[in-house]
Amino acid sequence: MAQQIDRTGTPAAERAPAAAAPSAAAPGPGRRFAALRRRMPRSTFGRHALITLAALVAVVLVLELTSPFRNSQFATMSYYAIAAAGLTVLTGLNGQISLGHGALMAVGAYTTGLLLTGDGGLPLPVVMLVAAAVTALVGAVVGAAAARLHGPYLAGATLALAVAVPGLAIYFDTALGGEQGLPVASPHVPSWFADAVYFLSANETPTAKYLAYVGWGTLLLVLLLLANLMAARTGRVWRAVRDDEVAAELAGIRLGRVRVLAFVVSAACAGLAGAVLGIVVRLAAPSGFTIVLSLGLLTAVVVGGLGSLVGALLGSALLVFLPPAVTNIGIGAGLDGTQAAQLAPFVYGVVLVLVMLLAPSGAVGVTKKLWNRSRKNRRGPSTRRTG
Amino acid sequence: MQQFLNVTLTGLGQGAVYAAFALALVLIWRSTRIVNFAQGAMAMFTTYLALTVIEGGQSYWVGLAVALVAGLVLGAVVERLVIRPVEGGPELNAVIVTLGLFVALQALAAILFGSTFRSFPAPFDLRGFSVGGINVAFTANSIYTIGAVVVVMVALVALFRFTDLGLKMRAAAFSQEVSRLLGVPVGRMLTLGWALAAVVGSLSGLLIAGGSLVFPAYMDAVIVYGFVAAVLGGLDSPGGAVVGGLTIGLLLSYVSGYLGSELVALAALAILVAVLLVRPQGLFARTAARRV
Repeated sequence: MAQQIDRTGTPAAERAPAAAAPSAAAPGPGRRFAALRRRMPRSTFGRHALITLAALVAVVLVLELTSPFRNSQFATMSYYAIAAAGLTVLTGLNGQISLGHGALMAVGAYTTGLLLTGDGGLPLPVVMLVAAAVTALVGAVVGAAAARLHGPYLAGATLALAVAVPGLAIYFDTALGGEQGLPVASPHVPSWFADAVYFLSANETPTAKYLAYVGWGTLLLVLLLLANLMAARTGRVWRAVRDDEVAAELAGIRLGRVRVLAFVVSAACAGLAGAVLGIVVRLAAPSGFTIVLSLGLLTAVVVGGLGSLVGALLGSALLVFLPPAVTNIGIGAGLDGTQAAQLAPFVYGVVLVLVMLLAPSGAVGVTKKLWNRSRKNRRGPSTRRTG
Repeated sequence: MQQFLNVTLTGLGQGAVYAAFALALVLIWRSTRIVNFAQGAMAMFTTYLALTVIEGGQSYWVGLAVALVAGLVLGAVVERLVIRPVEGGPELNAVIVTLGLFVALQALAAILFGSTFRSFPAPFDLRGFSVGGINVAFTANSIYTIGAVVVVMVALVALFRFTDLGLKMRAAAFSQEVSRLLGVPVGRMLTLGWALAAVVGSLSGLLIAGGSLVFPAYMDAVIVYGFVAAVLGGLDSPGGAVVGGLTIGLLLSYVSGYLGSELVALAALAILVAVLLVRPQGLFARTAARRV
């Protein structure tokens, strides 16, 4: 698996010249693709920023053209994707599995609920940053313990975290609302934002749409930052530690520090995701952060392709849009509502097993393999490095 | 004093069950170096099968037999179909596969048996004995629970120590290459190991359910406690799993009795982290320390 991840995770800076040079001679779409690549900015950050900007335009178009129901679905997808992006960096790039990201999201959501007090409180961006910082702190503690563990030990320890944290919310029920949960104040739509949207599309901005914008804005920012981090020295060091600890240590990398840093970054993402979840769902309750949430995130990153941000995005789309479809099929097949609602996790589980058995590199890995194969066929024997 | 006694006795009963569950994890870890996170879900599933049989008018013992046989078959099928391809591969892949099984089985149980709380009958009296006018939280059912776990332990020790089959299974777990050269059908031994572990897991699922409520997620916490118990004893050591299980049962019972039942899972996490940081090879591991 390590090598497959390595191929998906090749830093863009290395990949771009290697891919652009030989394919310039290739006919048809290959050449057009190469020409497009040459026009992209030279710097990695510039390229990522350009893609993010294009994505932002796409997000505005989609959110303005779809129904309020779809808007709320997109808002849900945004927080899954933020958490999944953090998890894919941790598991795919650094090789540490975490089943505790649901619990970390809970930390973010509860922090948001405590700080966001409607009128006169802290502004939303500050609250979200504080939520991320608090969760990063928790992540540093968990990460310090996790840095010494590997594989099943780490999975078991983070599973214990996922089971333990909801109990904490029930124990401190006066501050955290116990079993019923902590209501999260819904942020007001700022008037400048509503005006800007009205100017662009002549649409009103209900709160649900504003929350979708907040979620997707945060998501794009997180993706931009993570993409840069992955392409930079930090990302290379993470991959080095994942692929061969001994070699990495010999090269002067401090394993413990690197692992803790990966966990902190990942936890900060989970905290942000929890903050977005809090304001979208308007409630932080223990029942919202069960093991199923953590395992759902794991499903998203595995199915999309471990170590790939695009994969995390695809996977979280699956988490949001698959359940209604599957539930409808279940009801059509004569199941009652509660039974049909369980079809979605059943499908997650089966898909998780099947992906691991048949295509451990996930959707992105498979697509990449097919793309490379078709290019190789077109231009004869490949000169690219194999494996 | 009376509360201390009651909490201790409850802890021993719980601990026996955790010990059985930890033993199931250890059996699988020894042979295939995989922690079976689906163990709890498999046990939950077979418990539901037993409940269906019992509610159909059969006795508890028929239900028990059905659950154990179902566990045997389920363990073997799971090993053959989904575990075999990831055995010996990257350890994350095996972990993810067992987690996938866990989610799928839990959802399947909710679809087939419903996700409401259902009460599971206990085979023996649930009222505590009274000693000198004081009611003690030690019931006939807890004697049965502890007795059943002891019987299983003895049977397993006998199997591994005194039979040819047990020797072959130990050999297959110890060194696959050498055993294969000596004519041990290693693949079949691994399947059998998973099947036996699933039987032990099913038993622990039934024992926990006895006299209490069953719902698809009722084994979630037990997976964690069983894992902590197994790590405490050293994942390699069956004897350690038993001692670890009893220790965890007692400790968690004290936490629940004196601090609050919400903190039990947190205490388990604290114990796990402490063990992994101080003595990662566990209390009873005989093999040289391996990197955790």
